Amino acid sequence: MSELGSLLADTVGRLFGTLATKELIESSEKGAWPEKLWRALEEGGLTLPLVSEAAGGAGGTWLDAHVVVRAAGRHTAPVPLAETITAGWLLSRAGLEVPLGPLTLAPVRSGERLTLARRGGGFSLSGTATRVPWGRHAGHVVSVTELDGRATVALVAAGGARVTEDTNLALEPRDTLLFDAAPVVAAAPAPGVALDAIRLYGAMARAAQMAGALDSCLEQAVRYATERKQFGRPIGSFQVIQQNLAVLAGHVAASGIAAESAFRAADRGDARFEVAVAKIRAGEAAGVGAGIAHQAHGAIGFTYEHSLHFATRRLWSWRAEFGSESAWARELGHAVAARGADALWTDLTAR
Amino acid sequence: MPATFRFALRDLPPEAESLRAEVRHFLAEQLGGARPVKRAKSWGGFDREFSRRVGARGWIGMTWPKQYGGHERSYLERYVVLEEMLAAGAPVSAHWVADRQSGPLLLRFGTEAQREQILPGIVRGELAFAIGMSEPDSGSDLASIRTRATKVDGGYLVNGTKVWTSNAHLSDYLIALFRTQVVPDKKHEGLTQFLVDLRNTKGITIRPIVDLAGKHHFNEVNFTDAFVPDDARVGNEGDGWKQVTAELGYERSGPERYLSSISLIRELVREVAARPDDRGAEAVGRMVASLATLRQMSTSVAGMLQAGENTYLEAAAVKDVGTTFEQSIPELTHALLDAEPTIASGSDLQQVLGYITQTAPSFSLRGGTREILRGIIARGLGLR
Repeated sequence: MSELGSLLADTVGRLFGTLATKELIESSEKGAWPEKLWRALEEGGLTLPLVSEAAGGAGGTWLDAHVVVRAAGRHTAPVPLAETITAGWLLSRAGLEVPLGPLTLAPVRSGERLTLARRGGGFSLSGTATRVPWGRHAGHVVSVTELDGRATVALVAAGGARVTEDTNLALEPRDTLLFDAAPVVAAAPAPGVALDAIRLYGAMARAAQMAGALDSCLEQAVRYATERKQFGRPIGSFQVIQQNLAVLAGHVAASGIAAESAFRAADRGDARFEVAVAKIRAGEAAGVGAGIAHQAHGAIGFTYEHSLHFATRRLWSWRAEFGSESAWARELGHAVAARGADALWTDLTAR
Repeated sequence: MPATFRFALRDLPPEAESLRAEVRHFLAEQLGGARPVKRAKSWGGFDREFSRRVGARGWIGMTWPKQYGGHERSYLERYVVLEEMLAAGAPVSAHWVADRQSGPLLLRFGTEAQREQILPGIVRGELAFAIGMSEPDSGSDLASIRTRATKVDGGYLVNGTKVWTSNAHLSDYLIALFRTQVVPDKKHEGLTQFLVDLRNTKGITIRPIVDLAGKHHFNEVNFTDAFVPDDARVGNEGDGWKQVTAELGYERSGPERYLSSISLIRELVREVAARPDDRGAEAVGRMVASLATLRQMSTSVAGMLQAGENTYLEAAAVKDVGTTFEQSIPELTHALLDAEPTIASGSDLQQVLGYITQTAPSFSLRGGTREILRGIIARGLGLR
């Protein structure tokens, strides 16, 4: 890990440990915005790890950002940190100034398009984007659209959209944003950024968040298995529980390295292969892992009072966001098939 | 919770990548037109000529000191050679048990004389090793072994039986775990490892154990008053358990623990690629996602070996996740294709499916069962 990475890891761990409490997550699920947590994240330099220091960021790499995103997943922090990090990076790539405050991305669903049009000396944005993470709380929305045949990054004040509120299973805001010729703060082409960059980097972020939430599932399940006694001994002393938690640990390890590998690839350029791998592998781990963690916890883990569901409800939603594992698997599988069976190993070892 | 796994991302160094090209060139020459079903046998294949040629290229004992014939290269370079051999389905078994675990064991615990006498022959690809651990009444409960090595003048008299001893009938040496002392209620004590000369030791009888497919690769090795000299002892009397644990770390740490079905993976991709549809693509995508992830995990373990770290826990995790993946490939094939597994007739895919189907049960048995590995992981989690 880089020096910046370790610094970020320390800061983010301490900060979430103190501030991302059960009470805070619960109040967020009722609709409150955790302003204190967000401000601490901004002051700690955790919201813009990829933006240059000159532009107010930490000047780091995707691998540095990985530490923060995974920790956000592990602590199930109710803030658009992954979205802000990704949006900040997109703005930087387009040479645009990055505003303070929480950012989000739109559109996030494949098949949805926003339209950028010239208006006077500037631009306006139109169209509807559904399931926009934290739409109602974001200060600004970052979009990638096509303009003059080029991928163009546009920044819009969130106030310019009409918001219809909705949530995912974890009660994280997933809102519909309707832009009706909304004024664009700034827009510019972003060289090397794909038109589907939001889906791509969003999937990468969710993979790391899922790996983090799986860390939390394993941690909680192991703790519970050592504390909970039945038949006169800790349930973790039974082989069947041990074997199940060992399977969970294997999924945690696999999803973790798959996600980290995608962030490393993003630093090097084209990360499409690694992102697909990470989203698929973490999505599969989410299904199995959440199931094992719940089984180990018994009925108490099924209550709102217990904190396990903060991780598992997120896993159930995140695996479907920015492309489900089946959608990514189809894309990856067609790409592998097009290259042919004999290229599989050489392609794999060339990554 | 104690820190469980440390799977740090590793990059293979540039010298490893140029080595990869050399190995591919060598394998293309050596294996040329080998049928997929032959390649599927990979580490079931025992070919002394092939092993000698690998030795001549300097690809056995790669990490060992030069004074014993080794090449003092990195574990990551060794890893590249090994993953290329396995991916191509090269017949590695005449040298790789020694390369993987017996040589490293002698380097670490053997006497100077043993190292000088044995290691150069391994490096040349001339000495094949078998492993004598399990017994008829001792499998997963390895510490319960009963084969006795009784001290006599100048050495030990060995009595007892080892089973599942792969390639004992073809090998030169056996690294065997014997009981030199019975310590009541302390079965892990009193165990000692020996370097047994299979060709020149009287009192050893090797009988085939035929597997479910009718093939002979493992054996029963019986010792009846077999005399093993003092200088064949590896390490101190009573240190056997500690040494065997280290040895199993080597045995479980390599890419062989997720690549056993690579031939079937290749044929399956070939079928899907011939008529690509969404269903086939999705299955291939999921399969490749697991394959790529396991390779990252496995490379990470190689990096730990290079850094001199203990890989016991991580190796157990790779083997558990890896063998589960290997065993899923025949299932996936049935889910996608209308193909009957065959032995001699049928397409390449059918024959490879036939071979892998009948070998797959062993994937999660050999080198430590799935249950034992998960027990090791659970201990790492602090549950036992």
